[in-house]
Amino acid sequence: MFSYCTDPSTLEGFSWLSCYLTTGKHMGFYASFLTVIVLLLITAPVALMFGFAGAAAARSRFLPLSLLGKTYTAIVRGVPDIAFFMFFVIALDQAFEYLRHKVKCPDWSEPIRQGSDFVVCTQAKLPLSTSPQWMHEAYGFSLAVLTFAIVFGAFAANVLYGAMRAVPRAQLETAEAYGMNQRQTFWRILVPQMWIYALPGLSNLWMILVKATPLLFLLGVEDIVYWAKELGGLKTARFTEYPHGNWHAIYFFALLVFYLMLTSISERVFKRISRRLSHGQATAAGEAQRKAAQ
Amino acid sequence: MKKLILSTAALAVTAGFAMADNHGKTVRLGTEGAYAPWNFVNDAGEIDGFERELGDELCKRAEMTCEWVKNEWDSIIPNLVSGNYDAIIAGMSITDERDEVIDFTQPYTPPDPSAYLAMSTDVDPASAVVAAQATTIQAAFVAQQGWTLVEFPTPEETVAAVKSGEADAVLADKSFLDTMVGSDGLVMLERMEAIGGGVGMGFRESDADMRDMFDKAIQSMKDDGTLNELIAKWEVSSQF
Repeated sequence: MFSYCTDPSTLEGFSWLSCYLTTGKHMGFYASFLTVIVLLLITAPVALMFGFAGAAAARSRFLPLSLLGKTYTAIVRGVPDIAFFMFFVIALDQAFEYLRHKVKCPDWSEPIRQGSDFVVCTQAKLPLSTSPQWMHEAYGFSLAVLTFAIVFGAFAANVLYGAMRAVPRAQLETAEAYGMNQRQTFWRILVPQMWIYALPGLSNLWMILVKATPLLFLLGVEDIVYWAKELGGLKTARFTEYPHGNWHAIYFFALLVFYLMLTSISERVFKRISRRLSHGQATAAGEAQRKAAQ
Repeated sequence: MKKLILSTAALAVTAGFAMADNHGKTVRLGTEGAYAPWNFVNDAGEIDGFERELGDELCKRAEMTCEWVKNEWDSIIPNLVSGNYDAIIAGMSITDERDEVIDFTQPYTPPDPSAYLAMSTDVDPASAVVAAQATTIQAAFVAQQGWTLVEFPTPEETVAAVKSGEADAVLADKSFLDTMVGSDGLVMLERMEAIGGGVGMGFRESDADMRDMFDKAIQSMKDDGTLNELIAKWEVSSQF
């Protein structure tokens, strides 16, 4: 990176460190922090949407819909994350390719399943094998987002389902007494009031999601834990210009600081949201706010 | 008439494909990137090592464009079979079990013994705790002997386990352990195990054409001696 970095073996102290920390490898490490944060920021709202849909479906009076919602939460919550990531993602990818194969290559005569192989025509490959590496990475990334959203959506669905039932029945009765129909009661009375009950559960889920990102490497997405492992490992002079011993402790300490910072920021945000949601609610926190304002 | 035009067009397209089949075709090579000197990530963050050079040369000879993909060892075969990349080139020994799921080219290194690394030379593997990387021939060997086995997902962790005392010895390819000998008092045991049938590239069983192409390229590198040069340069194994 810097002009004096051409022969690191002659460098010492700060100049060595400045060269070491700006190698291409370290740039990959820094970029992976961004990957993780972007993943979290996209996954959280998508998972919440899945959760909301799941909870609303589970509450439905239409039996098939309610069964669908309940099955989704029950099954997905029961399957270990790692199994989900190993098999579900591959299945999902194959399902996409199968559909494209059916559309794009109707004349294909060979079987798609050949032993353990999954063979579709080249035009149906996702992404095309000719497309550049970043396309493959983007595709892996979006599969990761989708899988995380489905897994965490199931947990969120259960949290929201509980929260919807925690809203005092009197509130809904009052809404009905005012002549609101079911849809109006749901959207105007139930949904705005349920968040305060859902928040502790959702904040737990967020924390778990923050720590679940190492699963990304199973999908070929290089996350911060992968890079910390790779960079911290013993490096002998034969394979690198920056030989060093086992520095795992240092790199994992950096990760610890990152995760603690993320946690502390999230705590603050959740506190703020909680204060805002408590406003005017029939809960202890809402009551305290009301008294303080008097 | 329309049909005729269509089929001619189709013929032309397929003919075009047949001619351009090799040239410029992209092959995605999957590797682990954590097994020096075979494959590792260099300072620039790129895949480097014996297999990087070998793979690039093979692609040149087969007139294809190669793209390198990193993948965890544990899921390296499932991801090949499901089509995330087209070949495995990751120091993978040719075994019957693997051969049932994927197809191998001819070996590009001769079968070499596996070695033990321990903190002292008087460790007897039979009565010791032996570390090995999960789903490797070494792990299978230790399990078969009925010895105490601890498995780790990456090669480096197996060595770290010996240093920390969690395991008494680590069994792995000799060339990999050679890079670790001497650091923190690690010594190599005299005992070696002759396991594995050489290292080859892995392909999907349905990709016979591509496998043959790489097989031919490996043969040509064997014939003109460049393969031996590469092996000597990276000190990965004995020569052909």
